[in-house]
Amino acid sequence: MLELRNIFLQVDGESGEKVEILKNLNIDFQKGKVYAVTGPNGGGKTSIAKVIMGIYRQSQGQIYLEGEDISDLSVTERAQKGIGYAFQQPPRFKGITIQDVMSIASPGADLVRIRSFLRDVGLCPEDYLDRDLGTGLSGGEIKRIEMAQLLLRDPLISIFDEPEAGVDLWTIQKLLGLIVSRYKHNPNKTAVVITHNEKIIPICDEILVVDGGTIAAQGPPEKIWHLIKDDIECKVRNQCQGEVTYGVK
Amino acid sequence: MELNKLEMDLLKSITDLETVPSGALNIRLNGKAVMRQSSPNISVGPNDEGTGLKVEIKPGAVNETVHVPVVLTQPGLLDKVYNTFIVGEGADATIIAGCGIHNDSHAISRHDGIHEIIVKRGAKLKYTEKHYGEGSEQGKRILNPSTVITIESGAIAELEMVQIRGVNDTMRSTVAHIHEKGSLKIIERLLTQEEQRAESDIMIYLDGNGSNAQVISRAVAQGHSYQLFRAALIGKAPSVGHVECDAILMDSARIRSIPELQAEDADAVLTHEAAIGKIAGEQLIKLMSLGLTEQEAVNTILEGFLR
Repeated sequence: MLELRNIFLQVDGESGEKVEILKNLNIDFQKGKVYAVTGPNGGGKTSIAKVIMGIYRQSQGQIYLEGEDISDLSVTERAQKGIGYAFQQPPRFKGITIQDVMSIASPGADLVRIRSFLRDVGLCPEDYLDRDLGTGLSGGEIKRIEMAQLLLRDPLISIFDEPEAGVDLWTIQKLLGLIVSRYKHNPNKTAVVITHNEKIIPICDEILVVDGGTIAAQGPPEKIWHLIKDDIECKVRNQCQGEVTYGVK
Repeated sequence: MELNKLEMDLLKSITDLETVPSGALNIRLNGKAVMRQSSPNISVGPNDEGTGLKVEIKPGAVNETVHVPVVLTQPGLLDKVYNTFIVGEGADATIIAGCGIHNDSHAISRHDGIHEIIVKRGAKLKYTEKHYGEGSEQGKRILNPSTVITIESGAIAELEMVQIRGVNDTMRSTVAHIHEKGSLKIIERLLTQEEQRAESDIMIYLDGNGSNAQVISRAVAQGHSYQLFRAALIGKAPSVGHVECDAILMDSARIRSIPELQAEDADAVLTHEAAIGKIAGEQLIKLMSLGLTEQEAVNTILEGFLR
């Protein structure tokens, strides 16, 4: 479905030097699967999502969507071809209502459908449809609206960037239920969930641990999670100096 | 008299009207009133000096609307009008004003609308004024609205003043006096393009105990246009006032924003916030990630911002 081939991402560092964010990434995201992308902060998880969406342009490598090379396509073109991304920190807009943005996300969607997707993420449509996507909403509300947009849009591949961030425990359970019901065993769709939440791991078909701009470990959660969990924790707590080899004791 | 298509199109641009409404109205076309009618609760007639209108809404009348649009299609016309609006005690009314200019010549077309509004005790007013200009030649389209509003005890007013597009020059002046427990909200939205200039000067005197005022300004400057926004809150009594000005700057345009707070009473709580900047890249990217082109994303953001 979506293939990343030899992807490198280089950006300018603070003193003008080149910093390599992604290093020779090769990933196959397949249809009918839910992927968890996890790993320490700054490892490159969000960068992968942004390279796929076309927000960051890879310095080397190719991206294929259903066999078509989309490496040079713009964000708009990739969205139109079936890539969707729920931002980690969605921007706010003055004067654009939740109904407006839901209609942009899915131009043909009628109000009944929009309402039902807002309800799915725990938002009462009557209270939210006419509200601005501005400063009057909490971070958690903005995240849920972001989720609702992507679910309503329903592209071929949906990337959720830390859907749990800023969201209360009850809503996280609801969001997990939505991911399971809409993507698990759906033969036509792929979901990628960038996450730091351990509860999300078991619902996924495959885990990718991203660290230092590379895939440090990959596999089904039941096979590898118990092997790599402590290593991630250790790295995150800064108790390990230098490189960590995930899953190798 | 019937309006022709050009005149009706201008009327629609500033009032959203598809047809001439049946209630109280005064339509001024090229310096003359061409349609005027009163309703049982609203009298619309000439002022004593014969220089404009006097509109009076009866005390206690509710859900009343009066339309007073101005349309200019005659090239080179300098039109000046003095209008007085009195909203009677306890009344609840909407005034829909505005001016549309079509100028296909090289001569200047200009309308100066000088309005005095008195909102009597306990009354409620919604006042909407849209400005629009169009034309294919170099002749400037100039609109200079000037409004003095008095809000008596316990009265509430909301003024929504919008410049849609196509106005070369505008000098807007708004002065408000708010008495005890009176409330005023001003929403101003201005779009300037190319070489256009817009100046807006708002002065609000919070004269009475418990009076409050809020000014929300949204501005978009494109091309090589220039905007100057000044808003002064003068707290002369225990009162609350807030000015919020947001502006989007594009191309090589310039915007100057000057909020001013003047407190003459220790219990006057006056605040302001102002922000000028280009469209945030992350906003564009977000909308593009939903399938919009960059230009569609820009248009969506501007449309929402100026809505």
